[in-house]
Amino acid sequence: MKQAISPQQAAEMVPDGAVLMIGGFMGVGSPHRIIDALVAAGRKNLTVIANDTGKPDFGIGRLIRANAIAKVVASHIGTNPETQKGMIEGRIDVDLVPQGTLAERIRAGGYGLGGVLTRTGLNTIAAKGQRVIEIDGEDWLLATPLKAEFALIHCDRADFVGNLTYELTATNFNPVMATAGATVIAESREIVPVGLISPDNVNTPGVLVDYLIRREAHRVA
Amino acid sequence: MSPEEIIQRRVARELRPGTLVNLGIGLPTGIARYIDPDLGILFQSENGIVGMGSRPPEGMEDEELTDAGGSFITAVPGAATVDSTLSFGLIRGGHLDVTVLGGLEVDEKGHLANWVVPGKMVPGMGGAMDLVACARRVIVAMQHTAKGRPKIVPTCTLPLTANRRVTLVVTDLAVIEPTEDGLVLRERAPRAAVEEIVAATSAKLIIPDDVPEMVFLD
Repeated sequence: MKQAISPQQAAEMVPDGAVLMIGGFMGVGSPHRIIDALVAAGRKNLTVIANDTGKPDFGIGRLIRANAIAKVVASHIGTNPETQKGMIEGRIDVDLVPQGTLAERIRAGGYGLGGVLTRTGLNTIAAKGQRVIEIDGEDWLLATPLKAEFALIHCDRADFVGNLTYELTATNFNPVMATAGATVIAESREIVPVGLISPDNVNTPGVLVDYLIRREAHRVA
Repeated sequence: MSPEEIIQRRVARELRPGTLVNLGIGLPTGIARYIDPDLGILFQSENGIVGMGSRPPEGMEDEELTDAGGSFITAVPGAATVDSTLSFGLIRGGHLDVTVLGGLEVDEKGHLANWVVPGKMVPGMGGAMDLVACARRVIVAMQHTAKGRPKIVPTCTLPLTANRRVTLVVTDLAVIEPTEDGLVLRERAPRAAVEEIVAATSAKLIIPDDVPEMVFLD
């Protein structure tokens, strides 16, 4: 049985300067209630590993506007001019990683791999400072593992023991991030009793999940 | 036909029945409207869907069903949604038949630059590097020039997206095939003369004796 905590309690666990993974793709499938609580708690100097930084004041863009983020590891910041402005002004350190490589670096971190070899980015400026490894005459780029102190994810359904399912394109980085955070906090659209999600339909097993965000206040007591 | 329509309708002819295709955001997205649904072509969006459909009716959007540009989409019968690792596994693993993307520059080696203008526009590469490095066929769909300046150049001045030779370049003036020997002018747009194409191109073009006019699907 997992503990259901409030978004505020989740934000209190996260110290200033923490390294976070945050799920979502332009805010679709992001844990919006946790993000709002981090903003309300006035967190600073966070490192955020995510696909993108959402849009201005939406998704991770809420944390950008609140000046809560010092470093971003992402594949794309083009949909949030405020991140680009912060980068140009030197307030936000931005590390751009090809999207597929970012996903594999997170997977390597969560699956206990020393790294992953990819063709993506070879002989481009994105390969700067990275090792090239030759295997049977072919060059590959070494993508190193990424881990985080907290993975903050969104899902469609969770049961009481933390088994999770995802929906449609809100899935994106959430399942892989659930493997790579030391503490995993899942914000679910719905929490259901054990048994309602059949074992075959579980996408993230509850053993990977530490906390669920408690449901929003119901209209019926 | 507008320049965009020439490009979109010509690229549409390149897409084969039963293939998996990724259309980039912007001009390439519009290619889908020229594809006969009976061809069984499936569109991938790298945020996690195989079998993306057109925009839903007003008021029926699902906030958890979007494309890589964040626009609302639908799912066609037989569609599958996947997480980001599998989505890029499809791209890198040789399962994606075609990617169609825009371009800032293409050069005589067939190299593409389309993700960054240092100091000016630094949006990030998103999925572009994986798509260009790994898709089976890479089709660049772009205007032939930008504000009168050629985009098909001897050597890219902007940072490359991949060190791979793209498969085909389709513009509002021409179809150009990058080969080991250089850029071959394969087709010209309706009413575009070969001299006009050469004048709008700073790269060297190999010009066969016959350069036919583009043919479009009905």
